[in-house]
Amino acid sequence: MRGRRRERNRALPAALAAGVLVLAAACVPGTDGSAAGRPGTGVGTAVPDPAKAGKVTLTVWDQEVQGGQNDELEQLNREFQRKYPNVTVKRVARGFTDLKATLKLALSGNNPPDVVQANQGYPDMVAFVQAGLLAPLDDYAGIYEWNTRYPTALLNLNRVSADGRRFGTGRLYGISQTGEYIGLYYNKDVLTKAGLRPPTTWDEFTDGLARLKAAGELPVQFGNLDKYPAIHTFGVLHGRLGADRARATVFGRGDGFDTAATREAAATLADWVERGYLPAGANGLGYDDAAKKFAAGSGGYLITGTWQLAELKRAMGDRLGFMPPPPTTAGGAPVTTGGQGLAWSIAARSRHREVAAAYLDFLTSPHAADVMTRHGVLPVVPGPAARRAGPDTVDGQLVAGWERLSAADGLVPYLDYATPTFYDTLSESLQGVLAGNLSPRRFAATLQRDYGAFLRERRTRAADR
Amino acid sequence: MSRPPRRRAGRGRAPGEPRAVGYLYVLPALLLYAAFLLYPFGQSVWLSFLHWDGLTRATPAGLDNYRDLFTDPELRAPFAHALLLLLFSSALPVLIGLLLAAALSRNRVRGTTFFRTVLFLPQVLALTVVGVAWRSILAPDGLLNDTLRALGLGRLARPWLGDYDWALPAVGIVGTWVGTGLCLVLFLAGAQRIPRELYEAARLDGAGPLREFRAVTLPGLRPQLAVALTLTIAAGLRNFDLIYITTGGGPGDATSVPAYEVYHRAFETNQVGSAAAVGVALTVLIFALTVTVARLAEGRRP
Repeated sequence: MRGRRRERNRALPAALAAGVLVLAAACVPGTDGSAAGRPGTGVGTAVPDPAKAGKVTLTVWDQEVQGGQNDELEQLNREFQRKYPNVTVKRVARGFTDLKATLKLALSGNNPPDVVQANQGYPDMVAFVQAGLLAPLDDYAGIYEWNTRYPTALLNLNRVSADGRRFGTGRLYGISQTGEYIGLYYNKDVLTKAGLRPPTTWDEFTDGLARLKAAGELPVQFGNLDKYPAIHTFGVLHGRLGADRARATVFGRGDGFDTAATREAAATLADWVERGYLPAGANGLGYDDAAKKFAAGSGGYLITGTWQLAELKRAMGDRLGFMPPPPTTAGGAPVTTGGQGLAWSIAARSRHREVAAAYLDFLTSPHAADVMTRHGVLPVVPGPAARRAGPDTVDGQLVAGWERLSAADGLVPYLDYATPTFYDTLSESLQGVLAGNLSPRRFAATLQRDYGAFLRERRTRAADR
Repeated sequence: MSRPPRRRAGRGRAPGEPRAVGYLYVLPALLLYAAFLLYPFGQSVWLSFLHWDGLTRATPAGLDNYRDLFTDPELRAPFAHALLLLLFSSALPVLIGLLLAAALSRNRVRGTTFFRTVLFLPQVLALTVVGVAWRSILAPDGLLNDTLRALGLGRLARPWLGDYDWALPAVGIVGTWVGTGLCLVLFLAGAQRIPRELYEAARLDGAGPLREFRAVTLPGLRPQLAVALTLTIAAGLRNFDLIYITTGGGPGDATSVPAYEVYHRAFETNQVGSAAAVGVALTVLIFALTVTVARLAEGRRP
């Protein structure tokens, strides 16, 4: 890579001289929106039968490259091909960041994949829908009864309005296979040594942090060098001060971010740094490194997503416990950041939509849920195997927490879905809050500036049409 | 009478004449070059005049994207960071390289080859590897902080890459570490071509090491200096890999640089037009700086 970049610089003198070529190049494919496909509607009402589709190669782009998720998907792909010998699943697996960076080009290119995993929110899914690159799946949701199998709140996360302007409502553009939420991992040994039990209320939890500190333990292990982990921690603190309002704001119809909840959550985060509940150099510690330190016994709690469970369990065994953030009052409704894995979507220009839909149904079936459970992955709709996990095991805690959250409607979407640039704004500002050089008030104002600008632009663009 | 010179020229041309033949030799390479470098560059220039999210219809932007480079603090900061980083990735390596080269060429040091190889090694490593290694060295309880604590300098320890004041210099030091070996090897090669007699003459005239360096070594290394500066400036300004691996532009945007911003805007925040404008501006900046270096080096040559 370095070599190629060097070449490019030597080209500059010539490049600047070659004005003729610059003019000749004055047409970039796709800038006129021509690369976008047309969302079709030609969908039947009968259950598609892939066996009758002839010889089909289904190209699938996914990001399930981590341990259990990779195994689970490999197995399901094998089973799908055994069930339909005429179908070949051609899997292209890349890490989340890689997929995010290349999917846009792949979908708008001449030979798009059939099935892709698209991240929810404005930067990815909404942008793809606006460009007409994803096929609406409402008919299939009816045929395959996804509508009844899935909680509405979770299906809504994969919806985009028909005009491609609003997220969380409108047509269905994907279905998710895995569930995920941010919870508290705890080290039973560390808690016991400080005379603590897993907390049942939020106050009990924060009192426990002080006790851990006094006992010479690090209360919460945390690394934020990669910028995004603080989004999750903040999301938990922010969501518990009003889940409905937080959710409405992410969907573009709430009271925004310049609110008491935002300021109070940021103040709590800053306070935790001040009191030494979080490591002082968190902005300089990697996410994976923090998880490794927690697994090695440093830290009473680790606040992160369910996706870490398999990895931590392997290292910690029975010392590991997991729970959703505790509610304000004992037995109350839990609230946390979470939702589901990336949506599995069908490209608008796929020539095998029916086969693709059958594949999506297979990946999200009760049988698939059991396969996921066996590989330590949380399915959106837990199957029979998940219920058999003992309530004292960490797997059982994971599923029980998920069901409590779903029942209480306690999931708040990731805050970075809110605008196309919100991931940036939020993660950068949170590093400032942690470093103590951005006050909660200025933090809230910064978020609101990004959010407000996005809403204004959306309104003007809607008015232009 | 001898024959008129014109006819003699007609029969046996000087090599490389007429000029057009020269271009013919370059043509195959030039075509490839145009297809894979000039054409995409032209596209980038075109994109920089558009508002485009990479997916839907683009709208003309006029000079908006370029105006943003001057008015948007989020775009100005990366350029300021890049210029500061040049001190670390260009000025310091050249300076250290010069000092080391002077020391090594004046005295016969045992194991010169070994030192040269070790110092050059960072050049051979992929920057990604360099980034990963330094990320762990600079971690809150990484090698650097552990060493500081062991030396009783614990209060100097800090989360280097996560510290608003220190992250940029910390990344800069990595750049220095990478660039120094290249400069040293260039200067050593150059110093070997300086005639020994010049040094002997200088010594006979009673010149000390400092004087000798100024009067003999430094003027003799002028061409290598130009090459070293050009390479390190270009490399320093193009710095993407290191930032991507070590800090991702953080904390906040304390270490964001233009090359990272290009990637970030084009692939992460769907601002392709703006990304192209940053790229074009960066290109122009590198071009201007390297031309200046070349001019200075040539102008001063005796």
